[in-house]
Amino acid sequence: MTVQTEPFVVNLGPQHPSTHGVFRLRLTLDGERIIDADMVMGYLHRSMEKLAEERTYTQNIPFTDRTDYLAAMTGNLAYVIAVEQLCGIEPPDRAQWLRTIMCELQRIASHCMAVGIFANDCGAWQTPVMHMLRDREKVLDLFEMACGARLTLNYMRIGGVSRDVPPEFMPTARKLIKDLPKKLDEYEDLLLENEIIVERSRGIGVLTPEQAMAHSVSGPMLRASGVAWDIRKADPYAAYDKVDFDIAVGVHGDVYDRFVVRLAEMRESVKILEQALELIPEGPVHAQLPTATVQPIDQPVAPLAIRPPVGEAYGRIESPRGELGFYLISDGSPAPFRFHIRSPSYINLTPLKLMSVGGTVADAIVILGSVDIIVGEVDR
Amino acid sequence: MMPLDAEWYDFRDFGNTVGSLLEQIRDWGAPDWVPYVISGLIGVLAILLWTILSVLAFIWIERRVVGLMQNRIGPNRVGPNGLLQPVADALKLLFKEPITTRNADRILFWLAPIVVFVPTIVVFAVIPFGERMVLADLNVGVLFLIAVGSLNTIAVFMAGWSSNNKYALIGAMRTIAMLISYELIQVLVLLAAVLFVGSMRLGDIVDWQADHAVWLLFLQPLGLLGYIVAGAVEMNRSPTDIAEAESEIVAGYHTEYGGIKFGFFYQAEYLAGFAIAAVIVTLYMGGWTLWGLEEWVPGWLIFLTKLYGVFFIYIWSRATLPRLRIDQLMAFAWKFLLPLSLVNVMVVGGEKLLWQEAELSSGEALPLFGVINSAVAVILIGGWAWVLGHQRPERVAHRALLTKELGTIHFGEPAPTV
Amino acid sequence: MPSNGPSVTKAIAGLDIAHRIEQKFPGAVEEAIPEAATMKADRLAEVCAFLRDDPDLKFEFLSSLTAVDRLEYFEVVYHLTSIRLNQMTAIKVKASDRENPRVPSVTGVWVGANLQEREAYDLMGIVFVGHPDLRRMFLWDGFDGWPLRKDYLVGPGGRFPGLERFPGESQEPLGGRG
Repeated sequence: MTVQTEPFVVNLGPQHPSTHGVFRLRLTLDGERIIDADMVMGYLHRSMEKLAEERTYTQNIPFTDRTDYLAAMTGNLAYVIAVEQLCGIEPPDRAQWLRTIMCELQRIASHCMAVGIFANDCGAWQTPVMHMLRDREKVLDLFEMACGARLTLNYMRIGGVSRDVPPEFMPTARKLIKDLPKKLDEYEDLLLENEIIVERSRGIGVLTPEQAMAHSVSGPMLRASGVAWDIRKADPYAAYDKVDFDIAVGVHGDVYDRFVVRLAEMRESVKILEQALELIPEGPVHAQLPTATVQPIDQPVAPLAIRPPVGEAYGRIESPRGELGFYLISDGSPAPFRFHIRSPSYINLTPLKLMSVGGTVADAIVILGSVDIIVGEVDR
Repeated sequence: MMPLDAEWYDFRDFGNTVGSLLEQIRDWGAPDWVPYVISGLIGVLAILLWTILSVLAFIWIERRVVGLMQNRIGPNRVGPNGLLQPVADALKLLFKEPITTRNADRILFWLAPIVVFVPTIVVFAVIPFGERMVLADLNVGVLFLIAVGSLNTIAVFMAGWSSNNKYALIGAMRTIAMLISYELIQVLVLLAAVLFVGSMRLGDIVDWQADHAVWLLFLQPLGLLGYIVAGAVEMNRSPTDIAEAESEIVAGYHTEYGGIKFGFFYQAEYLAGFAIAAVIVTLYMGGWTLWGLEEWVPGWLIFLTKLYGVFFIYIWSRATLPRLRIDQLMAFAWKFLLPLSLVNVMVVGGEKLLWQEAELSSGEALPLFGVINSAVAVILIGGWAWVLGHQRPERVAHRALLTKELGTIHFGEPAPTV
Repeated sequence: MPSNGPSVTKAIAGLDIAHRIEQKFPGAVEEAIPEAATMKADRLAEVCAFLRDDPDLKFEFLSSLTAVDRLEYFEVVYHLTSIRLNQMTAIKVKASDRENPRVPSVTGVWVGANLQEREAYDLMGIVFVGHPDLRRMFLWDGFDGWPLRKDYLVGPGGRFPGLERFPGESQEPLGGRG
């Protein structure tokens, strides 16, 4: 007897426990096998690029918190670097080091979530993510100390950072990075050799280095495919040229490698932080903005607003998710003429279909978890 | 063994109390069916009461224990230490609107929660909680367990099909596939136990273990392993909660259920867990006996302690392990557990034959068999794992490679081992 | 190419890249400024393949693709990275037809352009000829207009919301850093 079958379509999302927000994946299934995958986005589209064209450069900084809301510091930094490039501003040393410290703390916090949620996607019942949230909370405490906010930080400023850290920041940070390696050992004990995690993630969602580069994949995903590429090393911003660290790369390009690369990157971040907390100099945390860039705008009563010279700049940094770039065009007015976010979450989704077709529904979830998207950044 | 003519106030076995009561009723001259019906009613009520209380207690215990394991507190607001949280949850579920989706098959949709609940609770009818505390002392108890235990598959499929929801359908499909595979293993390991003891009556199995002062656990470690895994599959708990895999298919077959209908599924899941634990305790861990301690401590207390202990293992594994994929779980059943349980049946059958033919005394035979079976278990599992490990060297854990060379490509290079 | 800190990524200036392209494909470059070189649209695909495959350039990584509304014309900006050689450059292409801007797709050269071109189509309305699946990305099918164009609605609050004073508020100029 032959049974006639037909493929059926399952909408994974927009309301789904593990699409990391309001992201929708239309899977065409043959039983459990995926034969087609299509992404539907835009549920969180806030048209930031349009809004930003009507606000001054400084007013745009809070937008960058709300793209990648799990890594607001790096979002801030990428934007202010682009503006500084546009205006030719050089932040003082202490600000550069503070930026480095904050970004690495943010990377630890973000990777904690990424690894924990990945374990959740593999089916662990909240335990790893709860342990990792504990450490993330400590990082957020530090952020709260530095700028008063925990999630949408708005800490970076054009030409520096918003304020110096309080005196109790450094001892707390030192204590945190002293404790972190033990916690990381714990996670590795729990997850790295876990038979089920290995079984679920090895050989799934493989991207060869050629495919990864052709698909413009960046960040831990690109490194997991074996490409040693890290903008912190390739194009050092802030104070990354003064610290010593390694690039963690995977060798198989599969989901498991993305996960081990993230774990290893957390260790590298600890290494960077250890050096940065030793090397940070005293001094001002904000550059004096050149008067040419700060002019009253043409309004009856106007505050000072930054008016970069006509030109364009592409500022990019290594956010926890990959190459986060801001492409700004200035027409000399206080608001950017064009404000484009090159968001790693969005572009890392490009090979999603390639990776998930042929796998099962369970694989698709794990692959999506390994991409580590933040829908705020995907949709902007 | 406890004297059967114990007084009614001998609470070591509530069977005494009920027995005395029935005796009294018979003395009053009631017809024969009256004490029969009354004893049945008492048993049913007692089991219902016990299951509901246990489920409520374990909802709290599980949440608190898992909270501890996950570095958080767990429910602590309703009542002292959050003890009334399960009650609050149950009330909330009761008062919620029972939504039925428009395209659902209404009859099946409403029937499924009831059908899932009945077999899970009926299983307890044959479980001996104490020497005389068994509702229906069937001489085919094990058969009854298997037959009734697999009924809830139908309910799960009813739920998945009638919801008219794709997640529910996938969940139901997965459940059917899984349960058919694991039912087989369950039958085979129970067959080995029955074969060895020579009775399908659960009371007899407990008595046999008490008489020979050994738990079947030591004689059939492979069987216990198979049953624990098959039980985990049947009760839908991590690492085998594939049918309702939360991160993949939302809630599987009960995606569309809310309110008290969902409550039924939820409770049925706990009850299935208790049933599995009860079977493990009865068959492999000596039931309500504990090497003579049952003379002093109520047998039902021993039984429940063991039962909760076994159930705790499932809670623990749920808080620790991620979930397998459906094909991996099926492969585990057919490629690993099935051969293992077949070998177990053969070894146990051979031993039984040897025991009878060679006329060994139980003092000689049982330690020998225990050693042989443990060795067989260790060798088979170890050997199988070794073979699998060598067959698939790509499935080993490793760490990330660290490099300072920018722009180099390390795809396919050997990675540092853990 | 951040200006702060010693840059190790070699930024190939637009004039330089234009020179190299002009050597290989005479007439392919429309204009060149220090930031980027502007290609002629009809030569874009072969120029991009050249940029990707040339052993001295090896721009196998398309960092960013976006569209800009320059009022008179649209331009599409490509930021290219070479991972193996650690260098970067930017090229542009113009689409002057405001009603129906058309630019050849580069998905044949860099698969990674797929989603980015869809985004540019969705928000700026630029048709990428040869794109395998050019549909709306963030907005729904049938959405009217292309929001990132300058002639689309101005957002609520006018051009610089927040810079006006509330009635009765002090008329002193605000101090502080920009």
